[in-house]
Amino acid sequence: MAIAPLEARFQEKIDRDIKIEPKDWMPPAYRQTLIRQISQHAHSEIVGMLPEGNWITRAPSLKRKAILMAKVQDEAGHGLYLYSAAETLGISRDEMITQLHTGKAKYSSIFNYPTLSWADMGAIGWLVDGAAIMNQVPLCRTSYGPYSRAMIRVCKEESFHQRQGFDTLLVLSKGTDAQKAMCQDAINRWWWPSLMMFGPPDDESPNTQQSMQWKIKRFTNDELRQRFVDVIAEQIKLLGMTLPDPDLRWNEERKHYDFGAINWDEFWQVLKGNGPCNQQRLDARRKAWDDGAWVRDAAKAYANKVRLKKEVA
Amino acid sequence: MDHTIKMNRYGDYGDREAAGGQQEAKANANEWPLWEVFIRSKQGLDHKHVGSLHAADAQMAIENARDVYTRRMEGVSIWVVESKHIHASNPDEAESMYDPASDKVYRHPTFYDLPDEVKHM
Ligand SMILES: [Fe+2]
Ligand SMILES: [Fe+2]
Repeated sequence: MAIAPLEARFQEKIDRDIKIEPKDWMPPAYRQTLIRQISQHAHSEIVGMLPEGNWITRAPSLKRKAILMAKVQDEAGHGLYLYSAAETLGISRDEMITQLHTGKAKYSSIFNYPTLSWADMGAIGWLVDGAAIMNQVPLCRTSYGPYSRAMIRVCKEESFHQRQGFDTLLVLSKGTDAQKAMCQDAINRWWWPSLMMFGPPDDESPNTQQSMQWKIKRFTNDELRQRFVDVIAEQIKLLGMTLPDPDLRWNEERKHYDFGAINWDEFWQVLKGNGPCNQQRLDARRKAWDDGAWVRDAAKAYANKVRLKKEVA
Repeated sequence: MDHTIKMNRYGDYGDREAAGGQQEAKANANEWPLWEVFIRSKQGLDHKHVGSLHAADAQMAIENARDVYTRRMEGVSIWVVESKHIHASNPDEAESMYDPASDKVYRHPTFYDLPDEVKHM
């Protein structure tokens, strides 16, 4: 079949909200876009374990340690769901991992910031997972079936992540002066990078149209960012803390919070690899991969040996 | 025509680089094989496909499936099948496969218009 009728039929399915499945015909650019988006999302889940992993052995109580471990384990799971979804599009797991390790594929820049105090665990859960949820909930309805199913699973697990983060901050906010200061400091450091998680402003994103037309993306970056600000600006009141933005105020006409200008230079710098922890994060991932090589080889050799033995018997 | 989207979608990465990946995955000799995972959520229900994972052998696939897909009591039983053993119908043949069923309305109970007096049927 010529490409035009195939494309027309494909778009008609999308318009009727019929999910696209792995064996269905799809435009090459749709496939490529999904591979890039899903694999980079997967990388973010995996690299995202590192800043929090930093505090597992130093959590202030056994309860907090168990919670943090469960959360970090969930993130590993999210990475695996997403890698599997990307693999249905015809890219291998090893290829994706190579892309991450060579810097060809990116991951969310938020994970290139350091976790300096225990309060950062709270701020990450509340703000970083919170922003991720804002992004991810609409993706449950994305047009590619395996991606949508993976996102539904992810979203089910995410809400505990944000709640445990807020809970951690709530406890600190009622603590000693030092604990309160620690809480405020973490919020100050994580607020702006969290807003950057939604990506550049819409007017610098000229191709939203195609992505919307394919129903990969359901809302624009700025729409989601505004939604996030509106929610957090209310929640912070319950902590008795402040957001580090003198321009943040309710706009009665817009029925939204106005907020100050985002430092996009910082965003592009971190994305280019010049953030505080880019090198450290990639080194940690490469080391884990290299150090695990003998385990992967041994397991494979063992499985082969067992299979051969069975065949002989 | 260049359809490439130079847009950031999930978060803040990925707008400048071309995606990797070919239509056909490069068969990677070093990778553990891929397995499809099926989970019975509770006794009495069918096993349902939940996703896939890599493992060296069936036992490892089951153990990994437990860690990846049942962290919140989602299942009481796991099946794993190596993905290469799954055979699927061709979506391009969907019409010839399933259309013949669409004009056989008499296969459904609602096709039969019986008097209201008929009870328990
Ligand atoms: Fe996650
Ligand atoms: Fe999370």
